[in-house]
Amino acid sequence: MALSLAEVEHVALLARLTLSENEKELFAQQLGAILEYVDKLRELPTDDIEPLSHILPVFNVFREDHCRPSPSREETMANAALVEDKQYRVPRII
Amino acid sequence: MELYELTVHQLVNLLDKGEVSSREIADSILDRIQSVESKVKAFLTLDEDRAREQASQTCRQAGGFLQGIPYGLKDLFCTRGMRTTCASRMLEHFVPPYDATAARKLAQAGGILVGKLNMDEFAMGSSTEHSAFFATHNPWDLERVPGGSSGGSAAAVAADEVPFSLGSDTGGSIRQPASFCGVVGFRPTYGRVSRWGVVAFASSLDQVGVFSKDVRDSALVMNLIAGHDPLDSTSVNLEVPDYTAFLNKGIKGMKIAYPREHFGPGVQNEIKQSVYQALQWFEQNGAVVEEVSLPHSEYALPAYYLVATAEASANLARFDGVRFGLRDEGADNIIELFSRSRANGFGAEVKRRIMLGTYALSSGYYDAYYLKALKVRRLIWEDFQKVFGDYDLIISPTTPTTAFKLGEKLGDPLTEYMTDILTVPVNMAGLPGISIPCGFAGGLPIGMQIIGKAFAEGTILQAAYAFEQSNRPNQKPPLGVN
Repeated sequence: MALSLAEVEHVALLARLTLSENEKELFAQQLGAILEYVDKLRELPTDDIEPLSHILPVFNVFREDHCRPSPSREETMANAALVEDKQYRVPRII
Repeated sequence: MELYELTVHQLVNLLDKGEVSSREIADSILDRIQSVESKVKAFLTLDEDRAREQASQTCRQAGGFLQGIPYGLKDLFCTRGMRTTCASRMLEHFVPPYDATAARKLAQAGGILVGKLNMDEFAMGSSTEHSAFFATHNPWDLERVPGGSSGGSAAAVAADEVPFSLGSDTGGSIRQPASFCGVVGFRPTYGRVSRWGVVAFASSLDQVGVFSKDVRDSALVMNLIAGHDPLDSTSVNLEVPDYTAFLNKGIKGMKIAYPREHFGPGVQNEIKQSVYQALQWFEQNGAVVEEVSLPHSEYALPAYYLVATAEASANLARFDGVRFGLRDEGADNIIELFSRSRANGFGAEVKRRIMLGTYALSSGYYDAYYLKALKVRRLIWEDFQKVFGDYDLIISPTTPTTAFKLGEKLGDPLTEYMTDILTVPVNMAGLPGISIPCGFAGGLPIGMQIIGKAFAEGTILQAAYAFEQSNRPNQKPPLGVN
């Protein structure tokens, strides 16, 4: 079953994606079909199962707080489209 | 034989004996690329001058194991000073300020980076048709896909454009194209190779691996790239054995399981027959071979497409036009800046997966989708644990079909996702797996998948090598020369 237009627009906003009207229609349909397929998971009883989010038994990997060399500011900011005064320039936020 | 046809170990041998120079190898490789690349289209970025210069200056005696050996990297690996696009318009002009650890290790070993290889955009796809730039063609049949997402990496090795390449495997993106292109593709255990500098798709599933012409080369490159990396907190602090030491141990007494669910009606008959024959070979040569069940197999793909897309939606949130990547110029406010930059920078498949992942994580749906998928993930992992309690290896076909035609699966996303049905369970369980050539169907390569216990890469290579030595395909792709 296809998603509603409202649902698609809501998700697109959360995902920070501008979609054309065509894209909204197409995704409503395609995402609906995919979600129908993944609904298969409901067949499995999993109330007593712990989620497995990480395969390895590794926890809280820390290191000593020692300074190490980093790339320079120039190198790090070299790929930005708009830099001013050593800062990234963006449109008004508030 | 031409130099470009040789394996890494054959080239190393010639270099060590002084019978050939690095410059001759580089010239042979670059000439080969010139003659076939217009047909294969494996490379996004090619730096011939740099390769030739490095080859001329390289000194075998002074250097590391790979001194003088050319290779390619999937364009997902950050390479300092060399454009890294992830096959996306979002990063079309991105030049990383640092090297991925795996890339750095190969460079430090003296390898000669020839260029960056085509892929599905941000590693999302199974055909390399989702590259924002162009599709790569399967060297065995130019009208067919090489597989994906590491299609360029697989095709380049199959076409003898490089002796080996690196790729990444999140749901099968090394093993599936290796199967389609008739080469060896190895995905190590999650955590075995550093993911630092490898642009993230799904952080609990991604792993770096190798494409090569034979199993020995796979072991040699694994020796170089495996190991703990303080820059990757998910990399394990486990010693790296010499993987080549496993190669001649043979298979007598090995216990091999084959899961009935992986030989079902959805798998092409010739593929099943080919793998059954391989299983017979193992049995005739001293292994114990038995059928088992991985009962939750059919749930692996749906669970994967929830976990992977959810993680992808988080990982791709960084592409907002601010610090790097495509930036929309006409935005009036910050939300528009993000939304329009992303709309312009991402292709359809990437957008689709971000949308799916965002939905699965969103309030009201998180439990039913993402959390549910993680619980199913544990069931899949437990299936494997049970089988590996009694067996050393699991063998199955790598893919349900041979390489499909370009354009064939573009209409319906789900039909393309289905090609990963035999590979994704391995990623969900974090296990290592290799695909090696084991036959042909209608002139197209068939791949056999060998899955091992966590950190048992050596055992996989041991079995793969034994099979390969007695069952080497003698064919090369019918590429011809311009």
